[in-house]
This record gives sequence, structure tokens and C-alpha cells, in this order.
Amino acid sequence: MPWTQVAYRYDGSFGGFLTCVYESYVHREAPACFLTQEEGRFSLWPERPVDTSPVHARRVYRSLHEKMGREGRSLITQGFLTCLPERELHLWRLIQLGYEQGPKVAQLLTDARVLTVRKAVQQLQSEAHQFKGFVRFSDQDGLLIGEISPKNRVLPLLRPHFCARYAGAPLVLYDRTHGEALFTRSGGHWTITPVDDFHISAPGQEERDFRALWRRFYDTVAIQGRENPRCRMTHMPKRFWGDMTEFQREENDAPSLPRGRKETS
Amino acid sequence: MELMDKLTILTDSAKYDAACTSSGLDRRARAGGLGSTMAAGCCHSFSADGRCITLLKVLMSNCCVYDCQYCVNRRSNDLPRATFTPRELCELTIGFYRRNYIEGLFLSSAVVRDPNYTTERMVETLSLLRKDYGFAGYIHAKAIPGADPLLTRRLGTLADRLSVNIELPSQRSLSLLAPDKHKEDIFTPMAQIRDGIQISRQEIARYRHAPSFAPAGQSTQMIIGATPESDRQILTLSQKLYQKYRLKRVFYSAYMPVSDSKLLPAPRDFQPPLLREHRLYQADWLLRFYHFRAEELLDEKQPNFNPLVDPKCAWALAHMDYFPVDAQTADYEQLLRVPGIGVTSARRILTARRWGTLTFAVLKSLGVVLKRAQYFLTCGGKMLEGLRVSPDGVLRSGGPGAAYAGPARPGAAFPL
Repeated sequence: MPWTQVAYRYDGSFGGFLTCVYESYVHREAPACFLTQEEGRFSLWPERPVDTSPVHARRVYRSLHEKMGREGRSLITQGFLTCLPERELHLWRLIQLGYEQGPKVAQLLTDARVLTVRKAVQQLQSEAHQFKGFVRFSDQDGLLIGEISPKNRVLPLLRPHFCARYAGAPLVLYDRTHGEALFTRSGGHWTITPVDDFHISAPGQEERDFRALWRRFYDTVAIQGRENPRCRMTHMPKRFWGDMTEFQREENDAPSLPRGRKETS
Repeated sequence: MELMDKLTILTDSAKYDAACTSSGLDRRARAGGLGSTMAAGCCHSFSADGRCITLLKVLMSNCCVYDCQYCVNRRSNDLPRATFTPRELCELTIGFYRRNYIEGLFLSSAVVRDPNYTTERMVETLSLLRKDYGFAGYIHAKAIPGADPLLTRRLGTLADRLSVNIELPSQRSLSLLAPDKHKEDIFTPMAQIRDGIQISRQEIARYRHAPSFAPAGQSTQMIIGATPESDRQILTLSQKLYQKYRLKRVFYSAYMPVSDSKLLPAPRDFQPPLLREHRLYQADWLLRFYHFRAEELLDEKQPNFNPLVDPKCAWALAHMDYFPVDAQTADYEQLLRVPGIGVTSARRILTARRWGTLTFAVLKSLGVVLKRAQYFLTCGGKMLEGLRVSPDGVLRSGGPGAAYAGPARPGAAFPL
């Protein structure tokens, strides 16, 4: 008997998605699309609202590990953080395949369902790796504050790195695209929560000095005879530049040294 | 002198050093400390010349007593001179590191007074940074040729990576252009560091808290295009360095005209050999990750790389009897030799074919560059349908060199 097709409307959380997976198997329904409660999108399929159930979600989560193995489960959990269009649908198909095929599912690279999710996860991971370097923090009385606009939800992947780097020192990293922020404080405590309004106050004198020093270093370290803007943009696309100190200029900044002229001591 | 001016002068003096990597070591910060390192390394920015910035690359001082012709800091050059105090350098490193500008410090120095005095100053700075500031980020230090072995040892226990620059690819060029440096001065510390690393590895395996010595290995760099060595000589030297001295990396730095010396190419119409440098790096990767040997890539008849095709493609075109390789059955080493297949896609092919059949469409989705690989591959015994092979077409498709948009003209890249 073919599975009936429906549209699920859920709250947009990972637990909600796992509950949808549970519901689809209980009622033998194949989701035609996933809608969230906030978005005003409608579909022509019969719509079924799903209330997030932590019990059911946990049960599905455990089954992912049992059936698909560690690698398969991390494809699902990380796949949910990506910006892949219709990602829930792709993940649902992957879960369906995983329940059939078992732990080898993550290695079925010849299958389009696996490959789509793997590619998206790769992009997520490489974006997270780029942000490990490209995030810029401002020091405001010992608190480090930074802002980013990533395509994927990279904060959960950045968290372990920055906790290890600053040994749990207080830190705030705001993700503008998804409106959430990572907070850490000493003792290894951390949280990622939605933030409505995020505002950074003006930098102090010490902060401004360090920014100026960094800009000077950045401008000086480039070798003029080897200038290669295309190569720079390949490694560091322009979408990152907006939040990076070296491309910002402050009003009362001393002008950077004109290129090629050496300052006398 | 203002800190800003010192930073400008000493960055300007350090920027011709090509090495800027923070890889090879995983470490987390201690409680109350600051800093970690990632084995993969981490680029924090890219400068206008497209090179990665990962470390604060500065000289401790640029007041040099040597007079090496190829170097901006030679004592006969009229240049503003400056020296950092250890505390200034520590404050700068910590301030930059906290704001996530850098992954650590690259500390080099001109030879002030003599090699021992210079190394002492560097040791002083690094121990202040490690002990007083609790810094656990990456530190790359330059070992100064001619310094006392005990001082170099101290430097290695504080730094993560050490490097000794061999500067020029042959003894003749070295004695011509750097009369103060000797071959022994360079290779003695290199051997010392190699042995130190090996002993330290054994000790750590036995006693967990034994001090580590240059845990991220050692590297070196040489200048390309200032002297008449061929690519073959350079690549053979690199291979020896990798084998004999167990280096992690050899860096190649295209010579930038910084001197009017009669011994060097005239600065007026000299084009830095950027394409040649690029080809050397490509060949270097072939040595380290693709199981190639220097003798296979270049020989006496062909001592330099072809500017039109990359070294791997050039090798493949000269060894057509080796191909086609079948993607379904070839082993890892065979796959690596196919132009258009890299380490990642070769591994993916191995994984994918355990569970399914490969087709050219699948290969493409795995990341194989079919434009190049199609001429050298079969899938289950079949070539790509509709493919016409002519040496000319292979050359054209295999010309990723044409895609390299460096400022050097191919002709100018070979001033030999």
C-alpha cells in the first residue's frame, strides 16, 4: 500500500522535525513538504500540524544511532543546520534510506539522496572552518563580542572551538542571519539562544588602538609586487569582509601609510 | 618610538618570509590560560597578495650584522631600524590573539650582535609569553644559524614549530650572495632539530609530562629565481630535505627585487617568477601526498617545468602507456596519478565503489575534475561516450596553468 502524502506543519526545531519523522512512520505518511509555524507558506497537500513531543523525538534520535550508525546520525543532525532548500525533505528521505540500509548509508556515495545531504554538510563544515578564522571579536571590559552573517547555522560547530581557545572565558557571538547568539562563561557553561535585538556599544580607547594596529599590520604584510585580488577573493570571499576589522575604517583613524613609502624612525 | 611605527617597520622586514602556517598540532587551552591549536591550521585573513595570514609575522629586530645580498635587512641597506622589547611583543600577541586576529606568533629576527645574543632575546620573549601570559597558541620560531645548540634547544621547547632557512638552493649561490653564512651553519641546526623532535616523541610516549620539543615539526624556505638553479635541482633538494631531515614543509619564495647588487637580476625589468613558484608548490604536493618522486617529474633532458601544464598532467602526457586507469578497479596509488583526481576524490572513489557501481556522472558528483580526468579514465572498461582523444585536446583541457591568473607572463617566469 503506498504511503499517503501530507504536508507537515511543525515548530521548526530539531525535536519537532524528529517528531514529524515519528508521526510519518506511525501513520504511514510520506511528507510532501515541511512547513513551519512562522512562515505563511501553504501547500496543496492535506496539512497536518505536529506538536513537538520530546519523548517521541528522543526515541527517533536513539533509533538514528542504532540504525544508521554514528556517521549517519551526524549527517542528520548536521544536515539540519544547513541552508539546503527543503532540507527536512532531504533528511527524511535519507532517514528512510538509512532505516532500510543500516550503518553503511553514510558511505553510499553513489546514491543521490546521500550525496545531496553530504554536500550540504560539507558546505556547513567548511563555512564553520572559515568562520573560526574570520570572526573578529571586540574586547569590551573583558567581554569578547563578535557578529557574523553565515549562510548555515554554524554556531553549534563553532562553540567547541571557541570554548577551547578562550578556556571558557566570557564571550558572545551573534548570528545575524538566524537571529541567535552563543554565550559562554567561565567553567565551561554555554548556551545558544534566539536573540531579538543585538547592539554593540562604541569601542573603548584600547580596543580602537588594537584595531588600528591590526589594520596597519594587515596593510603592511602584503607584498606589493605580488598583488593578486582574485586569489584573495577565492580564499576569502567578499561576503566575509563586512565584519572584518581590516576592512573597516574608523573616523578618527590616522591614515594608513601610503604604499611604498617608508616611515622614518 | 611608537609601537605603531615599530610594528610597521618590523612587519615590513618580515613579510618576505613565505612560511605562515599554524598546522600540525592539536592542543586545548589550560584552565586560566589562553589559546589552542588546530592540527588543520586556521587562516585568519588573506592579504592583498592572496597569501594567508595566520600568525603575527614580525621580526624581533631588523638591526642585522650580516650583509646577504638578497635580503632587505642587509646592513648595507638604508632602512629604518627598530627592535621590539619582549613585553611589547607579548602585549601585541595577546591583544591580537584575544580578538581572533591571529592564531599565534611567528618570531624571527635579524642577527643582532651575534647568533647567540639574538637567540637569547627570542627565548626571553617566548618564555615570557608562555609562562607569564599563559599563552598556549601557536608559536613558530626561526632558529638562527650559528647559535649554540643549547639555546636552539631552549627555543624548541617553547615553540611549536622551528625553521632554519636554507635561503638558496645551492652551496655556490649561498657563498656568492650570503658570504656570512655557511652550509654547515644551516644543516647542523636542522639535524639537531630533527634529532630533538625524535627523542622528544619517544620521551612523551614513555612519560606523559616530558617536555615537548617543536611538536609541530620543522620547515624551511628557499628563494627562487635569484640564482640560476633549475627546477630539477630545487625539487631534488626538497626531496632530500623531506627524507633526510624529515621536514614538514619546504617553502618556495619567488625572489622580489630588493637590491641593486650586480650579483642579482636587475630590478628594473625583473618579473618575480610567480608561475615557477606555483609549479614548484604543485610538484611539492606531488612529492608529499601523491607518492611521486622528483626523478619521475623532471630529468636531465627536461630540467624545468612546463609553464603550460601542471607537473602531474605533464607526467601523465609523457606516460600515456600507464593509462587508461579503470576507476572501478584501480588501487589508491594508481588513482592518485590521474590528472583531475586528488587525495579527497580518490578516497571518495574507494568508499563509493564498495557499495555501488561508478559511472562518469557519479565520478563528477564525487568531485573528480572530468575535464582533465576523462582522457585518462575508464569506468567498468568503458571510456566516456563521445570522447575524442587528440594530444592537442588533452593539452588544452589539461592546461590549468592557463587558468592560473598570476601576474607573471609565462616567458618572464623563466629568467634562466
